[in-house]
Amino acid sequence: MNSDISTHMSNAGGGDMEIRLWEYIDGLSTASEKTVIESLIQTHLEWKHKYRELLEVHELMYASELEAPSMRFTKNVMEEITKYQIAPAAKTYIDKRVIWGIAIFFFTMIAGLLIYGFGQINWTSSDGSIDKYVSLDKIDYSKFFNNTYMNVFMMMNVILGLVLLDRWLASRRKKFSKEA
Amino acid sequence: MSTGPSDIEIISRVLKGEQQAYAELVKRYQNYVFTLTLRFIKSREDAEEVSQDIFVKAYRSLADFRGESKFSTWLYTIVNTTCITFLRKKRLNVQSLDNEKVFETVESQDSGLNANQVERKSRANMVNSSISMLSYDDSEILTLFYKAEQSLEEISQILGLEQNTVKVRLHRARQRLKTMMENSFNEEVRDIYN
Repeated sequence: MNSDISTHMSNAGGGDMEIRLWEYIDGLSTASEKTVIESLIQTHLEWKHKYRELLEVHELMYASELEAPSMRFTKNVMEEITKYQIAPAAKTYIDKRVIWGIAIFFFTMIAGLLIYGFGQINWTSSDGSIDKYVSLDKIDYSKFFNNTYMNVFMMMNVILGLVLLDRWLASRRKKFSKEA
Repeated sequence: MSTGPSDIEIISRVLKGEQQAYAELVKRYQNYVFTLTLRFIKSREDAEEVSQDIFVKAYRSLADFRGESKFSTWLYTIVNTTCITFLRKKRLNVQSLDNEKVFETVESQDSGLNANQVERKSRANMVNSSISMLSYDDSEILTLFYKAEQSLEEISQILGLEQNTVKVRLHRARQRLKTMMENSFNEEVRDIYN
């Protein structure tokens, strides 16, 4: 098994060799791959040279330091944050009840519109049979939006929406005044 | 990256109102944030200003840190968005530094050190300068892997990529870094290899 891997690896091109060596350096190779790579490094000059090169780059990367900002950096940040307060966590001010309220509001609106719309359609044709197809060009849209019931329904929805918004704003106001 | 109290302990102290404890977090991560910012924004002055802004933003939204990931991972998302916003506003030229400028920087930083320190510093400068000449994607992944010591799994979380993709990107970035060092610092690299 190991000899198969070894033959396959020793025939590997430059790119594949590097990938395997990087994996070996990073400690990502499996135990059997590790053994094979170690023996290839010892026996093949090309593998040995490449391994040394890559290891040098790897060590250089670890040895290089992070860039440092000016000496006053921490002080500047600490001075700056005194002007601010930690904002409450997003999940605490996004109240699930508000989201459910909005969802119910829109669902009611859509369901109401559909029920009303379907209620207005005359499903039977002049000969008494039920129409199989609805001809869109025959629908009188003005009836849907120019009717007292519809206007009242829309008005109620708007009022309901405003009430919900007001309650949400009031709860936020209360929460912030408590925190202050 | 850290000694003393854990990041979570410091954060909970800050959240309880001990504002000064935040200084410890800033000290711990200032180089990490500054290095990443510098990879985005090539000017040190701007990078410092943006890094400061990043820490202020992190402070203000500290309550949102749920401890599900490392603090550095969470901080990285703020680095990313703040730098992109800054660049969008300033429309800065994010092209790589020209080699001449890189060599000037390297040479100007070597005074007042002994031979060993000079060699170490010069190698560090060589690596940093080569990284700064790479594309942002390459320098970002190298910085996260080597400087921020993030695992491949953590990097895949940060960048929203598959772990295998991260592995390939890291490999390509290292390859390009190696080529960049060999081309720009030929003699030094040959010394190291020998």
